[in-house]
Amino acid sequence: MSDLSKLTLAGARDALRRGETTSVELTETFLKEIEGARALNAFVHHTPEIALEQAKAADARIGAGDAPAMCGLPIGIKDLFCTKGVPSQAGSAILEGFKPEYESTVSANLFDAGAVMLGKLNMDEFAMGSSNETSVYGNAVNPWKIDERELTPGGSSGGSAAAVAADLCLAATGTDTGGSIRQPAAFTGITGIKPTYGRCSRWGVVAFASSLDQAGPMTKDVRDAAIMLEAMCSYDAKDSTSANLPVPNFEAMLTGDIKGKTIGIPKEYRLDGMPGEIEKLWADGIAMMKDAGAKIVDISLPHTKYALPAYYVIAPAEASSNLARYDGVRYGHRATLDAGDGITEMYEKTRAEGFGLEVQRRVMIGTYVLSAGFYDAYYNRARRVRTLIKKDFDDVFAAGVDAILTPATPSAAFGLGEMVDADPVQMYLNDVFTVTVNLAGLPGIAVPTGVDSKGLPLALQLIGKPWEEGDLLNTAYALEQAAGFVAKPDKWW
Amino acid sequence: MSINEQTAARVAKLARIKVEPDALPALAQEFSAILGFIEQLNEVDVEGVEPMTSVTPQRLTRRADEVTDGAQQDKVLANAPDAREGFFAVPKVVE
Repeated sequence: MSDLSKLTLAGARDALRRGETTSVELTETFLKEIEGARALNAFVHHTPEIALEQAKAADARIGAGDAPAMCGLPIGIKDLFCTKGVPSQAGSAILEGFKPEYESTVSANLFDAGAVMLGKLNMDEFAMGSSNETSVYGNAVNPWKIDERELTPGGSSGGSAAAVAADLCLAATGTDTGGSIRQPAAFTGITGIKPTYGRCSRWGVVAFASSLDQAGPMTKDVRDAAIMLEAMCSYDAKDSTSANLPVPNFEAMLTGDIKGKTIGIPKEYRLDGMPGEIEKLWADGIAMMKDAGAKIVDISLPHTKYALPAYYVIAPAEASSNLARYDGVRYGHRATLDAGDGITEMYEKTRAEGFGLEVQRRVMIGTYVLSAGFYDAYYNRARRVRTLIKKDFDDVFAAGVDAILTPATPSAAFGLGEMVDADPVQMYLNDVFTVTVNLAGLPGIAVPTGVDSKGLPLALQLIGKPWEEGDLLNTAYALEQAAGFVAKPDKWW
Repeated sequence: MSINEQTAARVAKLARIKVEPDALPALAQEFSAILGFIEQLNEVDVEGVEPMTSVTPQRLTRRADEVTDGAQQDKVLANAPDAREGFFAVPKVVE
């Protein structure tokens, strides 16, 4: 077959089942692509031996007529997922050399479904970042390029986004705490869905902000997202917030028929100073939904403005607690100590050496907002605002809205290094359209629907009702079909 | 709210992160910028609103109180920077 790397997950699955290719052949193709794409710095730990072993096993299963959903399909795994015996560092120096003795539930589910792991993917340190520039491995680079500058693939799942967009794997896992699947998907012209909080087990996924973190697939199209999401989801007793609900066959729900559905357009997402191209992209998306037979209604989500500040209390607070475990005792880096150093010096030196500056900043902000005297003023107030943000969504869904259409990001991908001198808050604004969804625990999907004047991809976001990923994916499928986005980056790497 | 260097140093200590004295002014400035952004939350009327504890209306599940795991000391210690005789080793804690 010609260029196997260009296949979708669904296309490769069907080709495997028809015997037109083998998993070993597919895997070797991608290993070669990865080798040739070092300039993108997407794969940071390579696992060719594991991949070929899994591929051989998958070919045997397919030969025996036992081909589960992901059988023989080569994917990449974000470095945040613990993979047994394979470095899992969360993009941090503090987990240097850490090789888990266990497998995350999501990666175990994927391997049980026959998936092949090509390696681990670059990301912002502990998933804290929107440009993949806080990674201990160095920047991941966007395969999209319009001039001599290197562009960010977004973050935190920047390596996953770059790898899928550059055809280095069929699909990849991502995680999303404030937009870390949807923003990089938007910046690289791929599809990314964050499911409802509780759909994917968090067990074995290095924790950032536990009440917000969710895993999800990053894929070449909506069908692939449906296939891979189903394989990732499960009820898991090892995650106390895992939902004990049946996982539907999402792919079977992709009819593209959205006649009679009600799509809400929130006025609060129309920001002052929003680029005209984003305005137009959104207006075009609304027209596409309308043409497909959906009813368009204007809605209000009045607390939208407060989502980002609430997030920047809650997420650092949870992170400061979660990251307390990196103390140089049980795993990862421990600083070299001077004579007379005690346990406190060991903690302080280890954490100063092991955490990058953005992680240190967020841990300290979290420590501050949780400290005596400030807990009520910051942390409890943010949690009250979070209740109101969720209620905004509950109210519009109760009023008959089936899904909400918004831009995914306030801009196209920007240049690596361009935000270095900016205030940290400027970088946080990348998540202005996505972070509400995490605070409300809802499913959200980024779908590429156009390009800007320079030719860089732009995406819209659809937000769905809790547990209705199937319906959301179908709406996204209708949008994808109407938009007909097929642009790919020119290969320069 | 403006954060001074003394407060920045105190927070760093609470977070057990060593910050050199010459890095404190910039850190204090960054904290002030971030907290200034967060203070928009004071505009919201939260009177009578419960702080969110769980985003989905679910109760944490319970299981029988019995041992389900264990007896894997080697695995637990496998990634330790310093493990000796079946224990994690750390600098002297008690004088």
